[in-house]
Amino acid sequence: MTNELEFLSRRVASGKLSRRDFLGRAAALGVTATFANSLLSNAAKAAGPVKGGTLKAGLQGGESTNSLDPATFLSQVPFAFGKCWGETLVELAPGGGIEYRIAEEIGSSKDAKTWTMKIRKGVQFHNGKEVTADDVVATLKRHSDEKSKSGALGVLKSIDTIKTDGGNVVVTLKDPNADMPYLMADYHLIIQPNGGLDKPDAGIGTGPYKVTVNQPGVKHGGERFANYWNADKYGHADQVEIIVVNDPTARMAALQGGQVNMINRVEPKIVDLVKRLPGVTIRAASGRGFYPFNMFCDTAPFDKNDLRMALKLAMDREEMLNKILRGYGSVGNDMPVNKAYPLFSDDFEQRKFDPDKAKFHYKKSGHDGSILLRTSDVAFPGAVDAAQLYQQSCAKAGIKIEIKREPGDGYWTEVWNKQPFSLSYWGGRPTQDQMYSTAYLSTADWNDTRWKREDFDKMVLAARGELDEAKRKKIYRDMGQMMRDEGGLIVPFFNQFVDATGKGVEGWVENPAQELSNGHALIECWLQA
Amino acid sequence: MSTPILRLVAQRIALGILLLLAVSVLIFAGTQILPGDVAQAILGQSATPEALANLREQLGLNDPAWLRYVHWLGGILHGDFGTAQSSGLDIASSIRVRLKNTLFLAACAAIVAVPLAIVLGLIAVRYRNGFVDKLISGLALASTSFPEFFIGYVLIFVFAVHWQIFPSISTVDETTPFLERLQAVVLPATALTLVVLAHMMRMTRAAILNVMQSAYIETAELKGLKPFDIIRKHAFPNAIAPVVNVVMLNLAYLIVGVVVVEVIFVYPGMGQYLVDHVAKRDVPVVQAVGLIFAAVYISLNIVADIAAILANPRLRHPK
Repeated sequence: MTNELEFLSRRVASGKLSRRDFLGRAAALGVTATFANSLLSNAAKAAGPVKGGTLKAGLQGGESTNSLDPATFLSQVPFAFGKCWGETLVELAPGGGIEYRIAEEIGSSKDAKTWTMKIRKGVQFHNGKEVTADDVVATLKRHSDEKSKSGALGVLKSIDTIKTDGGNVVVTLKDPNADMPYLMADYHLIIQPNGGLDKPDAGIGTGPYKVTVNQPGVKHGGERFANYWNADKYGHADQVEIIVVNDPTARMAALQGGQVNMINRVEPKIVDLVKRLPGVTIRAASGRGFYPFNMFCDTAPFDKNDLRMALKLAMDREEMLNKILRGYGSVGNDMPVNKAYPLFSDDFEQRKFDPDKAKFHYKKSGHDGSILLRTSDVAFPGAVDAAQLYQQSCAKAGIKIEIKREPGDGYWTEVWNKQPFSLSYWGGRPTQDQMYSTAYLSTADWNDTRWKREDFDKMVLAARGELDEAKRKKIYRDMGQMMRDEGGLIVPFFNQFVDATGKGVEGWVENPAQELSNGHALIECWLQA
Repeated sequence: MSTPILRLVAQRIALGILLLLAVSVLIFAGTQILPGDVAQAILGQSATPEALANLREQLGLNDPAWLRYVHWLGGILHGDFGTAQSSGLDIASSIRVRLKNTLFLAACAAIVAVPLAIVLGLIAVRYRNGFVDKLISGLALASTSFPEFFIGYVLIFVFAVHWQIFPSISTVDETTPFLERLQAVVLPATALTLVVLAHMMRMTRAAILNVMQSAYIETAELKGLKPFDIIRKHAFPNAIAPVVNVVMLNLAYLIVGVVVVEVIFVYPGMGQYLVDHVAKRDVPVVQAVGLIFAAVYISLNIVADIAAILANPRLRHPK
């Protein structure tokens, strides 16, 4: 009981439970109000961040080919280290929506085409210079330049002009986009002095930690930046360190042996074992990443909606979720978005495994013979097993699936987005608009289901320019329905980010945007003695 | 030393250099056949056609293959391996650090493994076919038969997680003091020792046993020498050539083949460096590392050959 009360009081302290609820539950456990109140104040004191110490993370996803140039960020280690030394204009808030960082305020014209961002005063770079609107403009220009090789080039394509206006930055778009602030949260868009044009990989930003160690693929380290503007909220440890540990067993051992305080990517199959270890806490956050089976809507036999429907109905999503992700995820509904997205309507009928209906649609499609499905280990962890499970559930509906296991090398260049039926992975995007624009517009480079529908394109554009949230939500609902019933993707499940922390790590905030609390774990957590 | 030996040695070295050149061509050709290209691999799934075209242009991927080969070889002869295409870092200086780490780990493992294997081999011969011989052979074979990652995990479990006396993460850098460095490599060096031990030990045993059949050993026995003295003074010197050969092979393995151990113990050596850059199609780095590995193999083999020549009295004292 004491444990439960302590846990609850900590939740109050971290704002996850209201005070009133806590007292109610404490009463239910037979505790007097006075005692409950004293517990609460203890927890609040204890919950305050503790300064000092070295926070270490052992992370998968670092290579000796990594660079400190934010434009080149791709894997998890540069992403997480970037959050330590750099900051973007805004960040994705844990509960959806955005949080202001270097931008203090963002406003738009009525047509959602001209956006004005007020730049926060008194934010310092590690080299002592203060951030100006010019630095922001230079950064955005560097990443949106046609010749840029930035990972953010795609999201910035819609920008027409970028200008300063006193202390503000004014961005005009080619087309209206109500989601423009979300674009600025892209992790590549770390604001650098003069946009990083002088030395893109200098590692100088405005983040809570200065870069002290940079050994790509081995380790990265930072020490607290004394003049950080937001020191109450971030940067509690004196030093942070990221050690690249690509082997999952070695990561777990390092956490257990106390060599690191947190790790990412705990394999779903060992989560239940890990939970029992003393001092180790599993930090799972349901995310926006999903693992689709992609069918080309314009290639036979997948050009017939009846066949697509049959293949969707032949997917046993519950079984997939339990066997491939061991339950660490949520079932999909054949659309690329879920309730982790803002403006998502959570009232769609859940598609279920229905071999009889699948048989019916399969017959109606007139297709005969086996269907070739391509898979590979690199599509996602367990992708080969997933294909085999699917083969079995399809057999129950009388559909014959032939599996071709492709080599991991070159899967993303030769198979994904090239072959008509294959397994893939999407990390998700901060908004529905970005997800749909990236992969489901007729003109999208990565239209990996060849979903080319004029009416759908129009809906995407209409929703993008709509500033009235209720109306946008309605359009997104219709788009989701259309994807679910006619689209070319089968979504068995959405994943969860499963991280783990060791003894004494406090202050973790659940954030669905990315793993490690959207990369904030190192700057947000502290070590409780 | 007499001229025929010098000539033989010079011949070996010249052959080695030629071989190295041939290997460089092979490496270059091999990297050209890999599917995909550097630009695609660097940008990954998030590559747009424009970004791809820009990057390809910038990396000079549009030049013909032979031209790039000539440029590259010319650079290396001047000690310049170029810069890594993916990270933009100077290859020579990155490799220097990594190579030092790899050599350090290999040396630590070798210092333990080689004498241990040879001594165990000698003991096994002394008590051949008896209990001691079978015990040594059995244990050594068992440790070799387990995959490296399994041995690594067991060591981590026992020494890093359970007893917590050695770190499971062996990250070292240039500033790490020598003693800490030594402590960091204890577990990976132990794993490597266990992996290479049996091969050398069995080879020593077999080579000496072969010599033990000779008539002069019988003479030594009849002379009343102690069994160990016979092995040490009369049998072992004549078995050196094959033993040196297998020792060199294992040393080469310790330098070029330990990527699994590096990954498990998070040791920043050459193996992981190579694998990362193969995945990114970073041709200059792959070629440089490939060439260094080839050079290690070839030079260790030359050493083995020369040792065999020197150990052979017929070559040392020609008529």
